[in-house]
Amino acid sequence: MLKTFPMGGVHPPENKFSAGNKIIKADLPETVNIPLSQHLGVPAEAIVNRGDEVKTGQLIGSSKGFVSSNIHSSVTGKVIKIDKSLDSSGYKKASVSIQVSGDEWLPEIDRSSDLKKEIGISGEEIIKKILEAGIVGMGGATFPSHVKMSLPKGKTAEIVILNGVECEPYLTSDHRLMLEKGEEILIGLRIIMKALGVNRGMVGIENNKKDAIQHFTNLAKQYPEIEVFPLKVKYPQGGEKQLIKALTGREVPSGGLPIDVGVVVHNVGTSFAVYEAIQKNKPLIERVVTVTGKGVSSPSNLLARIGTPVSQLIEAAGGIPENTGKIVNGGPMMGKALNSTDVPVMKGTSGILLIPGEESKREQSSTCIRCTKCVNVCPMGLEPYLLMTLSEKEKFERLENEKVMDCIECGSCSFVCPSNRPLLDYIRLAKFRVGNIIRNRK
Amino acid sequence: MNSVLLLTILSLSILGLVAALILYVFAQKFKVYEDPRIDDIEEALPSANCGGCGFPGCRNFAEACVKADSLDDLFCPVGGNEVMANVANILGKEAVEGKPQVAVIRCSGSFEHRPRTNNYDGAQNCTVIHNLYTGDTDCPYGCLGQGECVDACEFDAMYMDEKTGLPVIIDENCVACGACVEACPRDIIELRKRNKKDRKIFVSCINEDKGGVAKKYCSVACIGCSLCYKACAYDAITMQNNLAFIDSDKCVLCRKCVEVCPTDAIHELNFPPRRVKTGEASKKDASSAKPLKKESTVKDQQTDSPEAPKEEDAKKNIEEVSTKKTDKN
Repeated sequence: MLKTFPMGGVHPPENKFSAGNKIIKADLPETVNIPLSQHLGVPAEAIVNRGDEVKTGQLIGSSKGFVSSNIHSSVTGKVIKIDKSLDSSGYKKASVSIQVSGDEWLPEIDRSSDLKKEIGISGEEIIKKILEAGIVGMGGATFPSHVKMSLPKGKTAEIVILNGVECEPYLTSDHRLMLEKGEEILIGLRIIMKALGVNRGMVGIENNKKDAIQHFTNLAKQYPEIEVFPLKVKYPQGGEKQLIKALTGREVPSGGLPIDVGVVVHNVGTSFAVYEAIQKNKPLIERVVTVTGKGVSSPSNLLARIGTPVSQLIEAAGGIPENTGKIVNGGPMMGKALNSTDVPVMKGTSGILLIPGEESKREQSSTCIRCTKCVNVCPMGLEPYLLMTLSEKEKFERLENEKVMDCIECGSCSFVCPSNRPLLDYIRLAKFRVGNIIRNRK
Repeated sequence: MNSVLLLTILSLSILGLVAALILYVFAQKFKVYEDPRIDDIEEALPSANCGGCGFPGCRNFAEACVKADSLDDLFCPVGGNEVMANVANILGKEAVEGKPQVAVIRCSGSFEHRPRTNNYDGAQNCTVIHNLYTGDTDCPYGCLGQGECVDACEFDAMYMDEKTGLPVIIDENCVACGACVEACPRDIIELRKRNKKDRKIFVSCINEDKGGVAKKYCSVACIGCSLCYKACAYDAITMQNNLAFIDSDKCVLCRKCVEVCPTDAIHELNFPPRRVKTGEASKKDASSAKPLKKESTVKDQQTDSPEAPKEEDAKKNIEEVSTKKTDKN
């Protein structure tokens, strides 16, 4: 029996068209547009001025406060603008535009592909270096990684879990990274384990990536402290809480963090970035982006510099098909539609999905027929139909009691609803409002 | 037989008396004194329970009035000065003359002026859209057009204009309770001083982007050119973050700013039509008159004519609102 989380979940069509395509380096764009807020928390502050020449890997935005992250230049060139511009959040945010003139990396960055296994530095230095390298959670939530690694007082970690689940349909960036950079990812995991003082590591991979499981199982033989687990294919297994439950059987308490049960979860992409930062001195300036969709002529996994316009990546994958109705940043379940393709690739951009017109439209929604499908699929054990009604009626106190803040916004409820009700929209609204009320109370 | 009846009646009466006695004793002992003036004040208030005064309901407002030393900070926007005078009378305190206010919509990005750049088909709710992205136009500040403010209004003082996609305020019904201000996720609606004959001059835009950017996505945006700021002789206009703001306390309704605004972002409502001074001016007026301005002048004429058509107009609006509501159901 394969492991999985016990409650709820759905199985949307996988459509992983680009799973067999190797990671290709995307061309350098003419200009990059690097937002200063690519992470959760306080935006970074620009430390370059207009007209400055910057090199690849140079710090251009320094983190402000603990929950914040550094931003580095992903190209060599001249800063032409520091202004607000549109990013994938749908709003204009402060960003640095750089006119690309070449690709001259900072001398301290090791660009060779040699594998460096020995971890020469101490745990504290590792965390400091991760902060300096501007590493954030690459799974999409973009939570600054150094914060996750700095344990709160009185808490100890026992297990580090690497998240190679990639349960979102269509996306294959983590899958390809695991196949091509498996060794590096495992060393990254060992670095994270060292930083946290943990001697047990787990890697969870869904069973639809059999080649990656095989590859990792072989690689992990040399590290007795690391175990690789195949998992039953079920969405949203990539959710932190679901993955912990599936692998360890521990349940993160409502309102709590994984560290409350002694677990820290990192994405495989983050692990690779950690390897590069510690062993190669390379800050987070590029990431793998899957560009895919049913009509896309060559679905691909592109290694793109942060700040590359999305439009250029779509061109590299064969351009926008004629009947495209929606362009989504991320996967079809949790991704967000873009209102422009001029937005840059950010640290959390795992994929660009082009959905054909007929599939992109929402169906007419009708009344709730009390079929309880949403209740059955909710991985957090909530009652989405009730939460939506309460949200429409603005019953915020009851919403709080019904644990609306536990919702992980996976969208399984909206996916299964036979009446096409906008369940998640209204639950998000409730989370926003109840969250405001809770914050004001403090 | 008789004795049984008698006993029953007797025992029940004694039981009743004892119970009454206990109730009386407890009622006396745990009596909570309540100022009778609270009831009187509540009676005097409009019982709208709208929350416009800042209290959850009229009763709470009445309690606050009785408790407060002076009525300086307390004002019922629905009842206005008349009701507050009554309240002051009951309490024997001085009523402070409150300035009547009215809500204004500070966005004029209608379908015509603000091109739609993408389609949104999610939940029809302003806050949901606001949390997702800029909306179906490129303006990150403008009205989202889903009518959350209209739903919040309990006085039938608002309706959505289907032609423009923007909410409209019916001045006659607006009591400045602030429910719409609270409901709008983009803080577009503002409460301003109510002038004579409901005349209004305000900058109908809250866009803080630079002029060129703002102009790109909305033809009637405030571009922060400061022409109005320079034209104002009364220091009523302030410029901040590429945006002009007219202080309604200082504004004397001279309409100089309206004349100089290059994008028609400053609106004048309920004014009589301008007197034509010279041929040149009228020419300029005619050429620069954009549909939105035309509309307002048409309205002006209506409001200036005798009362009857004005009332009719308001009624029509209310009818529209009610039919819309029934449509929704």
